[in-house]
Amino acid sequence: MSESYLPAGMPAPVPAADGLDLPYWEGTRQGLLMVQRCGACGNWQWGPEWMCHKCNSFEIKWEQVDGTGVIYSWERPWHPVHPALKERGRYTAVLVELPHAGNIRMVGNLLGPDDQDVVIGASVEAMFEPHDDAATPYTLVQWRLAD
Amino acid sequence: MSDRTIRGKVAAVGIGESTYYKHGQSPDAEFVLALQAIMRAAEDAGIDPKEIDGFASYSNDRSDPSRIAAALGIPDLKFSNMQFGGGGGGVAAAVANGAAAVACGYADCVVVFRALAQGQFQRFGQAAPAPTVSGDPAYLAPYGVMSPAQKYGMRATRFMHDHGVKNDVLRAIAMTSYKHAQSNPRAVMHGRPLDAEAYDNSRWIVEPINRLFDCCQENDGAAAMILVSAERAKDLRQKPAYILGAEQGSDHRCGAPVLNATNFGSSSFATVAPRLYETAGVSPGDIDVLQSYENFTTGVMMAVVEHGFCQPDECNEFFTVENLAAPTGKVPLNTSGGNLAECYMHGLGLQLEAVRQIRGQSCNQVPDVKIAMNIAGPMVTPVSSLIMGAEETL
Repeated sequence: MSESYLPAGMPAPVPAADGLDLPYWEGTRQGLLMVQRCGACGNWQWGPEWMCHKCNSFEIKWEQVDGTGVIYSWERPWHPVHPALKERGRYTAVLVELPHAGNIRMVGNLLGPDDQDVVIGASVEAMFEPHDDAATPYTLVQWRLAD
Repeated sequence: MSDRTIRGKVAAVGIGESTYYKHGQSPDAEFVLALQAIMRAAEDAGIDPKEIDGFASYSNDRSDPSRIAAALGIPDLKFSNMQFGGGGGGVAAAVANGAAAVACGYADCVVVFRALAQGQFQRFGQAAPAPTVSGDPAYLAPYGVMSPAQKYGMRATRFMHDHGVKNDVLRAIAMTSYKHAQSNPRAVMHGRPLDAEAYDNSRWIVEPINRLFDCCQENDGAAAMILVSAERAKDLRQKPAYILGAEQGSDHRCGAPVLNATNFGSSSFATVAPRLYETAGVSPGDIDVLQSYENFTTGVMMAVVEHGFCQPDECNEFFTVENLAAPTGKVPLNTSGGNLAECYMHGLGLQLEAVRQIRGQSCNQVPDVKIAMNIAGPMVTPVSSLIMGAEETL
């Protein structure tokens, strides 16, 4: 992907200073979707946390998962709240559920026309959007409707 | 009912507010607005402001109680309390915390206050100017999910999808607040009525759930409420509004990162509301008038449902201006105009309005109010809500 969905100048993600989520951000740079899974009980969880919320183990592992899911909810902001969005116009954000990973949910943009119909329950697949020119290069995970 | 309850032990006896302004229009500094509100609440109660010995607030209010106590010349500061987290969801919790201090004797005269001049600091509806983000915002802000409207919008989209709710519901909530504001001279939107056509023609802030008129204002102002024991309240100037119950919290993993709350399509009151009714000893049918915090009309809708006024699948029939408007509506809602049309006083204005309804002093008075409910800051965590009653309810 050569262009980003939202304009340059958006807030750039950096890994948490305490090391909590480095594996996620390293994974996206390589086109891998890494999420958390408990090493003790197998529970999936997202976003990154230090403890398994089910069994309270600290043995949190990172596991690669398929970049597929279904749209759990969505919204389309029109009003720009950030200077970088002033000229962008409406854009679509989706909350994607991953049924094969304990129904954890991830947030991203839904690639495609800005006025496309969005259907809760529709199948989507992950796309990796690199931002190589950032001070700390990063890659965002975006979503598009599955064929 | 357990003996370990706040019911009937504490009363709101004084209320006050600054002039309410659109953001950026206050001629006075935020801290001065705080002092104005507190002085007016003391005057309303008929007490010397130097009698105040405790403070309770929320959302990291910038007006430090020690600074206020110094300004007022308070000789013995006994209680200085901040509700942790939840922003506007902490309004009723701040009242609860102040009431608890009075009930157990930590302090005798607590003022619950909020001073917020958005025009002098960061506006709530604009993204904070930071070039990088980490932690939870790293998974939201790069996708343009930054403001409260954007962070909570998808909870509402899901709720409305699950229960077949039409946007007419949101319009009715907005129009009700604006209708009430037209008879409230304190209201920033006094003299600016809203009809269905203007609502329908207003621009999207976040599709498909927030048009312009579904969103709270951004204002400059301050409000204050004075709490004393039930015994003391009897000797003061105003008819007391007794705290019957006040609860705070949220349900399973409501604060889970990246929008992973278990009960996502909700306003966070699933466990708080039943606790509130149980401790207050009342049921939804007993509530004479309801103030429900509007960050967005979607939050009002879900909070009213979660407090048992209608079932989720009944929203389209329940939420009509006829049902919500004072004085004759089935559940008169946000009778001052609320955050939408009176002032976004971060919800404390709605608490003051409940006191007025109990006293019989509202601009949109509901006849013979015995029990009033206040719901704070839906969709955040923790949230809070409370029930006040007239003396007959004790």
